[in-house]
Amino acid sequence: MKTYHADERGYYGEFGGAFIPEMLYPNCEELRQNYLRIMVDPSFQEEFHQLLKDYVGRPTPLYFAERLSEKYGTKIYLKREDLCHTGAHKVNNTIGQILMAKKLGKNRIIAETGAGQHGVATATVCALVGIECVVYMGEIDIARQAPNVARMKMLGAEVRPALSGSKTLKDATNEAIRDWINNPVDTHYIIGSVVGPHPYPDMVARFQSVISEEIKWQLKEKEGRENPDYVVACVGGGSNAAGAYFHYLDNPDVGIIAVEAAGRGIDSGESAATSALGKVGIIHGSKTLLMQTDDGQITEPYSISAGLDYPGVGPMHAHLFKSGRGEFISITDDEAMTAGLEVSQLEGIIPAIETSHAFAIFDYKKFKPDNIVVINLSGRGDKDLQTYIDYFKL
Amino acid sequence: MKENRIKQKLQESKKLLSIYFTAGYPNLNDTVGIIQDLEKNGVDMIEIGLPFSDPLADGPTIQDSSTQALKNGMHTELLFEQLKDIRNTVSIPLILMGYFNPMLQYGVEDFCKKCFEIGIDGIIMPDLPLDVYQEEYQAIFEEYGLINVFLITPQTSEKRIRAIDDASDGFIYMVSSASTTGAKKGFGEEQKAYFERISNMGLKNQQIVGFGISNASTFQQATENTKGAIIGSAFIKHLTAKGVGSISDFVGQIR
Ligand SMILES: Cc1ncc(COP(=O)(O)O)c(C=O)c1O
Repeated sequence: MKTYHADERGYYGEFGGAFIPEMLYPNCEELRQNYLRIMVDPSFQEEFHQLLKDYVGRPTPLYFAERLSEKYGTKIYLKREDLCHTGAHKVNNTIGQILMAKKLGKNRIIAETGAGQHGVATATVCALVGIECVVYMGEIDIARQAPNVARMKMLGAEVRPALSGSKTLKDATNEAIRDWINNPVDTHYIIGSVVGPHPYPDMVARFQSVISEEIKWQLKEKEGRENPDYVVACVGGGSNAAGAYFHYLDNPDVGIIAVEAAGRGIDSGESAATSALGKVGIIHGSKTLLMQTDDGQITEPYSISAGLDYPGVGPMHAHLFKSGRGEFISITDDEAMTAGLEVSQLEGIIPAIETSHAFAIFDYKKFKPDNIVVINLSGRGDKDLQTYIDYFKL
Repeated sequence: MKENRIKQKLQESKKLLSIYFTAGYPNLNDTVGIIQDLEKNGVDMIEIGLPFSDPLADGPTIQDSSTQALKNGMHTELLFEQLKDIRNTVSIPLILMGYFNPMLQYGVEDFCKKCFEIGIDGIIMPDLPLDVYQEEYQAIFEEYGLINVFLITPQTSEKRIRAIDDASDGFIYMVSSASTTGAKKGFGEEQKAYFERISNMGLKNQQIVGFGISNASTFQQATENTKGAIIGSAFIKHLTAKGVGSISDFVGQIR
């Protein structure tokens, strides 16, 4: 059967793999050899699901958005990842990975962060289990995401500025990888999305797959069927999307819609729409689509939302795009901001700006009245309030 | 066909000194002059670094030189252009070292062909993994007479070292410690044990140590059990501080 999941070498079609220097090979190999075994272990599963329930607050609701549905003439459900502890889906992955790190006997955690959401989610789980935590963050992001920097510090993490390159997310990721090279034995690297070398994309997708696992039974309860007609998610690296699509990937009855950030417009030179602008290449150890110069230098993306501001995309999504299995739509800053305001006022939910992109597809994609469309509401907008205030002069 | 220059060099009885530098640094057009000067001063082999925006395996010194080289306007085609007549003046082995993405964008076959035309002898692409190389690219490298050099580290398992030894046909690049590139003060007991352990494995390929070699004493320590050593960051720091006119000072103090 055709599958859109990773094969055992971590390839999604032509994408994925582990393009890593030898210095990282033992680290990735240890993880590769153990992650599936650990993840299926009943004691791991029990602890993981217990924490998701009692600590994260899962299952998150699947909410029928009545006024939004009415406005767009279709049945829209929202998967409320914004109600997770720390305010976004990111924590599903960090809970999974911190337990993985414990099983592997690691006593130090490193992570990268852009906007700070993944950094906060990592600092949170490190506090939970009492493990040392170092978060790399681009110097420029540290300046523009002060509240999340404070949250990480309050949670006991050390925030180290990434001073190299363009001093943003991709450079923070480079720094985290370099730290891992220098600390190969005691340290686990909690990567924040379905990116990086195998087995990360598959492992993170599996931890996030709880999203679609819940959608299935929740939709069955509400609509008498497990399968929506469409699942919609915003894509930065692609972890919330991977989780929302996971159990539907190989089911052709379910349409997959991926929403990328067009920034100031695809052709503006200030964009993060990787599927439109990227070419096949290697970023952070993975063969995937990425934004780069003709010469193969990785370029700096732009989006108003820091969480979508990544020059690549996870290999799963590169494959969904290339194979045509997924429909990719890119949304500008302005369209996203307008959609975020609309959802706030129609549903009483202020979404993260990342998620707002997913709400802006209705001008580009028409649905039938009896279609069921599930939008993954990946995070809440508290962290983005200042951006919303500045944008709307609130 | 003539034997590859790296292989010839490895047959000499002395310990080899290899120098890495970033092409296009400190100035865009320094590449050829640096190579000529290094040879003149008795360096045995040169690694020419093709700068990359995201050099994962490198410490701050090489990162900064790469960033500056790219700012100066270095790119793959230009490097090939700069090197096109290098074999008129330089006869020691030349190795191109870089990251795989720029090579992939240039086209692996075109890249190898260019290297062959110029007279490049080997390639070091730390993020081109062994299995992918063997399945997809080995035939191309070999067609153009290029030796692909693999790395091992203190963490590399014996089994994998043997696999890398089998796949290698020149030397093995022995990374001195679990680290990114960058000069260190000296080597401790741990490194010494590692150098000895590898040297006792009876590998078919000789080893050259890299990472953390900066002066005569680290060079001497690193080459006690191995064929040679590679200096990168310390040389680049020297270029930064003293300029390209002072290459003989640097090489002279190593041995
Ligand atoms: C709320 C929210 N949604 C989406 C993303 C994008 O990440 P991913 O594509 O991995 O879900 C982020 C990243 O910070 C986020 O905070």
